[in-house]
Amino acid sequence: MTDAPVSSAPSNAPSPKPTPHVKDNAIIRFEGITKRFGKMVAVDNVTLDIREGEFFALLGPSGCGKTTLLRMLAGFESPTEGRILIDGKDVASLPPNKRPVNMVFQSYAVFPHMKVSDNVAYGLKMDGVDGGEIKRRVDEALELVKLGGLGVRMPDQLSGGQRQRVALARALVKRPRVLLLDEPLSALDAKLRDQMRSELTSLQEKVGITFIMVTHDQDEALAIATRCAVMNRGVLTQVASPGDLYEFPNSRFVADFVGSVNMFEGVLEKDEPNEAQVRCPELGAPVYLDHGVTGARGSTVWVALRPEKIEMHKRAEGSTAMKMEDAPAGTNVVPGVIRDIVYLGSETNYEIELEGGRRVKTFRSNLTRYDQEDFTWDEPVWLAWHACSPAVLLS
Amino acid sequence: MEQTWKQAKAAFAAIAVPPIAWLFLFFLVPMAVIWAYSFGENTGPITIDLTGTFANYVRALEPLYLQIFWKSLIVAGITTLLCLIIGFPVALAIAFATPKMKSWLLLLIMLPFWTNLLIRTFALIAVLREQGYVNFALEWLWNNASGFMTLVGLQPLGEYEPLTLLYNNTAVIIGLVYVHLPFMVLPLYSALDRMDRSLMEASLDLGAGHLRTIWSVVVPLAAPGIASGILITFIPALGAYLTPDLLGGTDSQMIANVIERQFKRANDWPFGAALSFLLMYLTFIAIAAQAFIQRKSERRG
Ligand SMILES: Nc1ncnc2c1ncn2[C@@H]1O[C@H](COP(=O)(O)OP(=O)(O)O)[C@@H](O)[C@H]1O
Ligand SMILES: [Mg+2]
Repeated sequence: MTDAPVSSAPSNAPSPKPTPHVKDNAIIRFEGITKRFGKMVAVDNVTLDIREGEFFALLGPSGCGKTTLLRMLAGFESPTEGRILIDGKDVASLPPNKRPVNMVFQSYAVFPHMKVSDNVAYGLKMDGVDGGEIKRRVDEALELVKLGGLGVRMPDQLSGGQRQRVALARALVKRPRVLLLDEPLSALDAKLRDQMRSELTSLQEKVGITFIMVTHDQDEALAIATRCAVMNRGVLTQVASPGDLYEFPNSRFVADFVGSVNMFEGVLEKDEPNEAQVRCPELGAPVYLDHGVTGARGSTVWVALRPEKIEMHKRAEGSTAMKMEDAPAGTNVVPGVIRDIVYLGSETNYEIELEGGRRVKTFRSNLTRYDQEDFTWDEPVWLAWHACSPAVLLS
Repeated sequence: MEQTWKQAKAAFAAIAVPPIAWLFLFFLVPMAVIWAYSFGENTGPITIDLTGTFANYVRALEPLYLQIFWKSLIVAGITTLLCLIIGFPVALAIAFATPKMKSWLLLLIMLPFWTNLLIRTFALIAVLREQGYVNFALEWLWNNASGFMTLVGLQPLGEYEPLTLLYNNTAVIIGLVYVHLPFMVLPLYSALDRMDRSLMEASLDLGAGHLRTIWSVVVPLAAPGIASGILITFIPALGAYLTPDLLGGTDSQMIANVIERQFKRANDWPFGAALSFLLMYLTFIAIAAQAFIQRKSERRG
């Protein structure tokens, strides 16, 4: 699960986000957690440590078991097998109301019959905090989520985004060891979602509480989390920082799920410490790599190439033989013809048909205002990428 | 969809007129006749003069009848309360049962509806009478306890005196609760089943125990269901006729029994009509109270 990426990390690995508040101790530990509903395996033998102070994202397609894993942590489901430790203590015997974690539900679950301030005070009342202290902490929590002054409102007088803030304040006011968020942004409109992303990040840094967020949106996970776990059909596929997840996926599933990718099946022909070569019939040319691959020669591998890592150059009509003067410094060059162009403002997406008929995606930033006129439909081009760009996947 | 229905006036009329006509002919007209009778006088064995007198109502408000009205309200109230106390946990259990269990439990709740009320009431008599199962069971316990006392060297308890469970007010209430429990359970169940489970989970998550969650979250949110359960139990219990007639003693008659006597044995239709309408007004008050609660909680969202 936490295997090192297959392509050994070269020097251009993205530098991780500075996270001074993350400590080394595992605040949460899942040990071989399996959950079955009848015959259906929702979570399959998950072992995972989450460190104190992290903003951790559980990422995966819908139905892969993310919510189930989160609910087991909160105490609403009990694992079929395995142990969950919070601060090193097995919590199997603790009911939800005794666990030092709080949850922001996907539906927010704000009590509709209570004022905003009563919603936020609810958990403190259960803990027997005295009245004056409750009032002070409720005001502070509402201020924290920018709902100061809205305490007297009823939930139906709030917008969806405000209700979510109530749910956040209600959970944070209890100062839990870990805050759990189930798809916190999925119900918000695009504009608000972007704003909430950065607010969640700064909120987490401010309160210093460990956040675990469940999401099916890879952009969201990459943007917010300090570390992500990718799940597929109940299995934990990869745990890595957002940068590593994107640049060094460990499987076709991760490469495909996180971001956009061109995937070519091939055979590993050469595998030496400093270089490797994969024969890809679809590409019409071998793929050169400037690093070794820990796979047996002759085995089937997959080459994953991110669209933005492919450069596009003009090619004279009919010239298909590779000429170094046509292509810039770069080991990999293949000819193709532009078949589709999608202009997106900040960048343009191109679809290029290779000689064998396979189509390849590539993105180009529109660096100047005249950029998009450079390439046009049915224009012959060279596609080139650096020998360190493709990720070679064994599964 | 709705718009096109309204535009096709002929089709709409074809569908709406028969039930409206039915309601008019077989409900509103007879009710109006009875209402008119309540202002009339008996002038012969089968003739009633509509004299516009209020004498029937004045008589209905005599202490004797007021007392029976009051007693009916109390009995119906106790019945409703007991149904609520018993029905709430039952409805909660059904709402939280697995889907398969749920259908079976609902079937069990509905089963009595498909059995004739008279048969059920006589069956209850068989259970409650002095030679009935309840007394058999108690007697068995009594005799065993008595035997045990002799065994440990104490005075035996003496002869078992069968409990009188029939032909008194207790019997009427037991019978009414038995008959009306489904009326309470079903609306409660539908309110609890519709409730967003994550609200209860949020309450637990925030540190509340199960009982606290039921009291602070489930009950307030199920209030409209509770109100309709109360209403739908209280109204038929208030007008109960067969149960007090068969299970009650001489002092257990409820208002419906008095009304029945006016229409049949006493052959005093005008007075029976006046009593009926007083009962109906009480019912309207209950419905209005429920609608008021409903609206208040709807406004709250
Ligand atoms: N209470 C349950 N009973 C039966 N199956 C369930 C239950 N909860 C979840 N599942 C199943 O487990 C799988 C994982 O669900 P979930 O954890 O909600 O996925 P995610 O949050 O990743 O979308 C799904 O196939 C879902 O249908
Ligand atoms: Mg989910």
